[in-house]
Amino acid sequence: MIMDFVWAFIVGGSICVIGQLLLDIFKLTPAHVMSLFVVSGAVLDGFSLYDRLIEFAGAGATVPITSFGHSLLHGAMSQAEEHGFLGIAIGIFQLTSAGIASAILFGFIVAVIFKPKG
Amino acid sequence: MITKDNYQQSIKPYQPKPNLIQNCIKAFVVGGLICVVGQGLTVLYMEMFGFTAKEAGNPTITTLILIAAILTGFGVYDKLGQFAGAGSAVPVTGFANSIASAALEHKSEGLVLGVATNMFKLAGSVIVFGTVAAYVVGLIRFTAQTILGS
Repeated sequence: MIMDFVWAFIVGGSICVIGQLLLDIFKLTPAHVMSLFVVSGAVLDGFSLYDRLIEFAGAGATVPITSFGHSLLHGAMSQAEEHGFLGIAIGIFQLTSAGIASAILFGFIVAVIFKPKG
Repeated sequence: MITKDNYQQSIKPYQPKPNLIQNCIKAFVVGGLICVVGQGLTVLYMEMFGFTAKEAGNPTITTLILIAAILTGFGVYDKLGQFAGAGSAVPVTGFANSIASAALEHKSEGLVLGVATNMFKLAGSVIVFGTVAAYVVGLIRFTAQTILGS
């Protein structure tokens, strides 16, 4: 139980360090780093590697944005098994829908309620 | 003679050097702590509502997004971002922050042309590249599975 938290901290922190190195050494913008991470998550999941990382690190692997790519592919593959090639498009947002919908909703509400700062 | 090419070189001695090690430590600690909060939420949802680890994923992400959006509204998350760099940008909270802060920043232009139009200015790239990558990988994998007849 305690070790779950320790591994979440270490793995999640390490993924962020990779991002920081890309920012500082390769001078990428945060948008480039986030895009790269999402693509990496999808590719790693293509080889079924990301699920192993989640089993091992829990939230250390599900909280970083890489898991967004992993969830996109997982949704696509689960529908592809049922509906064939068409299922890829049907299922691609199946698992990420909650995240995207809540980010839009909460982002909108925040923009309506709060005043922009400086 | 200053040209576009040697300009970057000539100002190099006067630019502050990014402290690489310090930045990485900050990113590690802050990013790690956000994941620990996520792990805590996952455990909470599993204990309270009897979710499996996999089912607890969506409520965990949603809660983190809510927290990040509110902190963005108070201007706290952007300060955290200046301190932690990738440590606050890489977790899903950074995705929520990029949506909420872009929406908030353009509030003065109105709800339709300001908030709604600019909301995905930064986060759009994540969704576009994520979708394209997942689609391509999904096609390859499904084709391979069909051919190999797994």
